[in-house]
Amino acid sequence: MSKTLIRGAKVLGGDAQDVLIDGETIEAVGTGLSAEGATVVEAGGAILLPGLVDLHTHLREPGREDSETVLTGTRAAASGGYTAVFAMANTFPVADTAGVVEQVYRLGKESGYCDVQPIGAVTVGLEGKKLAELGAMHESAAGVTVFSDDGKCVDDAVIMRRALEYVKAFGGVVAQHAQEPRLTEGAQMNEGVVSAELGLGGWPAVAEESIIARDVLLAEHVGSRVHICHLSTAGSVEIVRWAKSRGIDVTAEVTPHHLLLTDELVRSYNPVYKVNPPLRTERDVMALREALADGTIDIVATDHAPHPHEDKDCEWAAAAMGMVGLETALSVVQQTMVETGLLTWEAVADRMSAKPAEIGGATGHGRPVSAGEPANLVLVDADYRGEVDPASFASRSRNTPYEGRELPGRVTHTWLRGRATLVDGKLA
Amino acid sequence: MMRHLISAADLSRDDAVHILDTAEEMARVADRPIKKLPALRGRTVVNLFFEDSTRTRISFEAAEKRLSADVINFAAKGSSVSKGESLKDTAQTLEAMGVDAVVIRHGASGAPYRLATSGWIDAAVINAGDGTHQHPTQALLDAFTMRRRLVGPDEGLGKDLAGKRITLVGDVLHSRVARSNVDLLHTLGAEVTLVAPPTLVPVGVEHWPCDVSYDLDRVLPKSDAVMMLRVQRERMNAAFFPTEREYSRRYGLDGERMAKMPAHAIVMHPGPMVRGMEITAEVADSDRCTVVEQVANGVSIRMAVLYLLLGGNEPAAAHTRTEESK
Repeated sequence: MSKTLIRGAKVLGGDAQDVLIDGETIEAVGTGLSAEGATVVEAGGAILLPGLVDLHTHLREPGREDSETVLTGTRAAASGGYTAVFAMANTFPVADTAGVVEQVYRLGKESGYCDVQPIGAVTVGLEGKKLAELGAMHESAAGVTVFSDDGKCVDDAVIMRRALEYVKAFGGVVAQHAQEPRLTEGAQMNEGVVSAELGLGGWPAVAEESIIARDVLLAEHVGSRVHICHLSTAGSVEIVRWAKSRGIDVTAEVTPHHLLLTDELVRSYNPVYKVNPPLRTERDVMALREALADGTIDIVATDHAPHPHEDKDCEWAAAAMGMVGLETALSVVQQTMVETGLLTWEAVADRMSAKPAEIGGATGHGRPVSAGEPANLVLVDADYRGEVDPASFASRSRNTPYEGRELPGRVTHTWLRGRATLVDGKLA
Repeated sequence: MMRHLISAADLSRDDAVHILDTAEEMARVADRPIKKLPALRGRTVVNLFFEDSTRTRISFEAAEKRLSADVINFAAKGSSVSKGESLKDTAQTLEAMGVDAVVIRHGASGAPYRLATSGWIDAAVINAGDGTHQHPTQALLDAFTMRRRLVGPDEGLGKDLAGKRITLVGDVLHSRVARSNVDLLHTLGAEVTLVAPPTLVPVGVEHWPCDVSYDLDRVLPKSDAVMMLRVQRERMNAAFFPTEREYSRRYGLDGERMAKMPAHAIVMHPGPMVRGMEITAEVADSDRCTVVEQVANGVSIRMAVLYLLLGGNEPAAAHTRTEESK
C-alpha cells in the first residue's frame, strides 16, 4: 500500500506535527516522522482537519444533470475539503424508493471523489401525504438513515409524527425543512423592512419557527430525535435552545450563507441571492453565529443547490432558489466563525465533520486525527486570501453569491481513505 | 437627468420638481390645436407590457406620439417563463431592432431594475409598473395633479408639496402606487398618512417615511388630498377582510365621509375605480374628484419623463437642468 507523509501540519489548528498515512489509515501522528518511499506533502503550517461531512447536498442526479451530477458534485465536494456528502432526495424521480437511493449510492461509489450517502424522501413524491418505504430504503444497499422531504416541509402534523416514530425502528432520523406552507405562499424573500420596500412576497420568520416549535414538541412526545435543516432565524435559535435545555433530542444545521449574507443584498434584485429559506437580517446572522459557537446549532451544512445559468439570469420572481456552496463553505466559516474568534479550528472540525457524521451515521468519517483512524483528511491554507472565481469551480453550476468577494482560506489537499482526491488545489 | 426611471425613490427633490415643471410645459402643448412636438423624431420607443394595462399603455403611447417618437407596442401576456422566452431574450430581441427606450410593465417586482442593470441592453428603461414594487410615473402624475390643484399650475412652478397632508387609503400591501407615492411625496415635502386595515399594510411599513392609521374618519379632516387605492374583491377570499360590505363601511369613501374633508381638499384615484367598493358614485362623480384630470396629467408627465430621459435637444421647459443624480 502507498504511504503519504504530511509534514508540518497544524493538526486541528494546534502545533505543527507530521501525519503518516499508510494505505487507508493514519499510521502515526507525531514529530520528526519519516517513511521510506512515502509521498511527502509539505504542509508548511497549514491546518489539518478530518475530511468534512456535508449533511445537506443537492447532487441533482437523477433528473437535473444539466445543473449537477453525482460525479461533478462529488468533485466539487473534494475541492471544498469534503470526504462525505449526504445527497438530498428531491431528484427526478424523487429518491423515495430503494431503487433510486441505490442508484445514487452506486453513482457515488463510481465517482470515487467522496462518499455519497443518499437521503431518502419521507413521503412519496415529497408530497407530504403518504410515507415512502422508509424501511426498504434503510435495508437497501444504500443503507439510508436520514430521511427528508427537503425543498418541501412535512407540514402535516400526523405524517410528521408517524415518520418520527417509524424511523426509530432502525435508528433513522427525519431532517425537517421547516416552512409552514400557507404562511409562505408566493414567498420571495425574508419578510421585513426590505421586502416591504421591494414589493417582494414575504417569507416570515414565524413560518420556520412555528414548524420547529411543533416538531421539537412532537419529537419529545414520541421520544424520537429530529434534525432541523438550514435553521435561519434568531427565533428558531431560541426554540432549539429551549428544546435542548428540556432534553429533547434535536439537532440543527446552519448554512454558510446564512452565517454571512443578509436580505439587504436582495435590493439588487439579483437572483443569485435568492435562496430558501431566504437570507435574513443582520440580527439573525449574529444569533446564528452565536448559536453555532455555543453548540445550540450542531453543524454547518451547505445546502449546495446548483442551478443552470438561465434559471438565475432572469427576473427575481422567475428565478430558482438556491446557491452552490461546497467549494466556499469552509472559507465562509473561517471568515465568520474562526476569524471572529467564535470557533477554534478544533471546533470547526466538530461542526463540519464529527457532528454531521454522527447525526447521519457516516461510519469512518468525522473521526479524530490520530493513529489507527481512517485517513479522511483535509489540508487548509488558512493564510490564503483571494476572490471567489466561479469559473474555477468543479461544480457544473456557477450560482454562487460570493463571486468577486474576498474570502479567506483555501483547501489544498483532500484525502479519502488515504487516497488524494485533491492535490495542491487540483482534483486528482 | 438619470438614464432610467425605475423607482420614485431614485428621484431627488430637484429631479422631481424639474419633471413636474417640464410636464407643465407639456400640458400647454395639449391645449394647442396641434398637440405634437418634434422632440423625439427618429427615436424608437417600445411599450413592453407583460401585464394587461390599457390605460397606462395608452397614456405612454399618447405621450410618445405627441413627442413624435416611433412607437412599437409589444404585449407579452403572462410571465416570461410561461411564454418560454426569457425577459433577457425578449429585451435583446427588441433592442436589436434599434429601440432607444423600453417602457416596461411587468408582474414581477424588480424586473425593470434587472433590465436596466444586468447589462442585457443599453436602451433607457422606464418602469411602467412592476409587481407590487413601483410605478413612478403614476406617483409623478399624482404629485403633478396635487401641485396643480393645491398650489396652482403657474404658482406651482419650481415648487414642491411642502406641508401638504396626503392620505392614501386602501390596499397598501399589494400596491405599487402606494409605494411610489410614499417615496415621491416624502421627497417633495408632503406629510403622508396611510389608512388601511392592518392586514393590508406590509410588515416593515414602520420604516417608511409616513404615518399609518386604521381610522379613516379621524384622518379625513386633516387631509389636503385623499387618494383611494383600488381594492380587489378577491382579497377577501384570502382573509384580508371579511366582506366587501364591511370593507366599504370602514374604509370606503362616500358623500358623508367626503364632507369631513376640508373644503379645498381633493379626492384622487389611480384607476380603475371599483365603484361601490372603495368609492361611491357620488364621490367619484363629484367636482372634488380628480380622476379624469389624473389621466390627462399622466400624458403630460410621461411626455416630460420621455423627453428628459431621451435627452431632447431643445429645452422643452424654461428651467435649468438638475445635476445628474444617478
